[in-house]
Amino acid sequence: MPQTYRFPHRHLLGIEPLTPQDILAILDQARAFEEVCERPEIKIVPALRKRLIVNLFFENSTRTRNSFEIAEKRLSAEIINFDADTSSLSKGETLVDTALNLQAMHPDLIVMRHSAPGAHALLARHMKASIVNAGDGAHEHPTQALLDAYTLRKRFSRLEGLRVAIVGDIRNSRVVRSNLWLLTKMGAHVTLVGPPTLVPAELKETWPGIEIAHELEPVLPHQDAVMMLRCQFERGTGAFIPGQGEYVRFYQLNAQRLRLCRPDVAVLHPGPINRGVEITSEVADGPNNLILDQVTNGVPVRMAVLFLLCNPHGEQVP
Amino acid sequence: MPQANAPCLLDAKQMEVHLQRLCREISAVFGSDASIALLGIRTRGLYLAERLKAMLESNLQKEIPLGILDITLYRDDLSELAGSPIVRPTEIPFSLKDRSVILVDDVLFTGRTIRAALDALLDHGRPKRVWLAVLVDRGGRELPIQAEFVGIKMDVAMDSRVSVHMKDVDGEDAVLLESRS
Repeated sequence: MPQTYRFPHRHLLGIEPLTPQDILAILDQARAFEEVCERPEIKIVPALRKRLIVNLFFENSTRTRNSFEIAEKRLSAEIINFDADTSSLSKGETLVDTALNLQAMHPDLIVMRHSAPGAHALLARHMKASIVNAGDGAHEHPTQALLDAYTLRKRFSRLEGLRVAIVGDIRNSRVVRSNLWLLTKMGAHVTLVGPPTLVPAELKETWPGIEIAHELEPVLPHQDAVMMLRCQFERGTGAFIPGQGEYVRFYQLNAQRLRLCRPDVAVLHPGPINRGVEITSEVADGPNNLILDQVTNGVPVRMAVLFLLCNPHGEQVP
Repeated sequence: MPQANAPCLLDAKQMEVHLQRLCREISAVFGSDASIALLGIRTRGLYLAERLKAMLESNLQKEIPLGILDITLYRDDLSELAGSPIVRPTEIPFSLKDRSVILVDDVLFTGRTIRAALDALLDHGRPKRVWLAVLVDRGGRELPIQAEFVGIKMDVAMDSRVSVHMKDVDGEDAVLLESRS
């Protein structure tokens, strides 16, 4: 990263607005924060002391919320966790009113998860604080894609030219959209695999360089990494497939299919895992899996994002 | 960015003389201390520490552990930096417990960098004692911090900047006087 580089964004609403240089800046910063996370003594630095961060989660989340909270604490930020279930939203308050009330408390940054795609952009228009998208419906989940990229880069020392298959419920996955933006921007080759009902063909209009396949086994031998997606039955995956048994039969990553892959293939999964559905325990816990590395890497990556957004320099673009 | 035609305070030869003197002073104090370790403050302090390590090892005929300290996250002026702050890892490949640690930096000015370095250092452990070695003490302290080992002391006007150039990163050894504007 050149010394003169300035991270130009005020918000992280998605991967789409980021340039490859912005992405590399975040990944490079995360390397330094990994050192903080691995310290034997004090795993906290004062970089965001006196900054107020609000965690605004309108959807259930354990992993992402905990990861952000740990990242915020390691940067010494002050934190407010806003519980949507017990807020005035349950009394009919609009998101904009909630935002304006929060703005009155002068937070520096808001981490939000919301089921409505675009809710973050709406919030960004009404608040002075920086907004980080921690997942908006089936639209984007930028920090998940960044931590996936960080994990792949750490494992392979590069992203350019990597061959990555993303397998499963492409239709309902926000993780896929963020990963498609990120991996294609960074020069990786992406193959989407799943039943036709779960892999919308129109994705090729936005990402013409990707490949789409409906059979898993022929794809596996050519991949550096296989990213298995969770079947999101709560988002209606079940309506797009004849049955879970058939899905398992054709698309589950099991030991037999893993043997078709290169011996050093990396297996990723954004979690939480449906063990025995999209992936077997044998593979999820096996030597190729980077699934817990993804969780570990989520903290320094989120520290890097928070740090860059809370230290704006120069002219900012949204 | 180096400024063209900036007055040269020390050329390569003079810089070497001052580094050798710094090394002799440190050797005189730590000749028999087995617990000594160097900790270079990124960026130029690290390269100075590498040179001091080689000189000290030659003088004392023993290996001197070297670590790297990045103080970016501990700066009290993070929000005033001109560009995006670039954080790089701190690497301390030895235990600080019972160590005599010599912090190494190129220029001692306000003392704020050393304050940040001490905070960063103490987050990694509790050394027996911390010493400070700098190539140039230019005065102008804003905090009560002094160096035990100083290559050269000089009074420099507040609107000027002392810039240490090193072969490893700048292609030349020199200490220049630059305008701060």
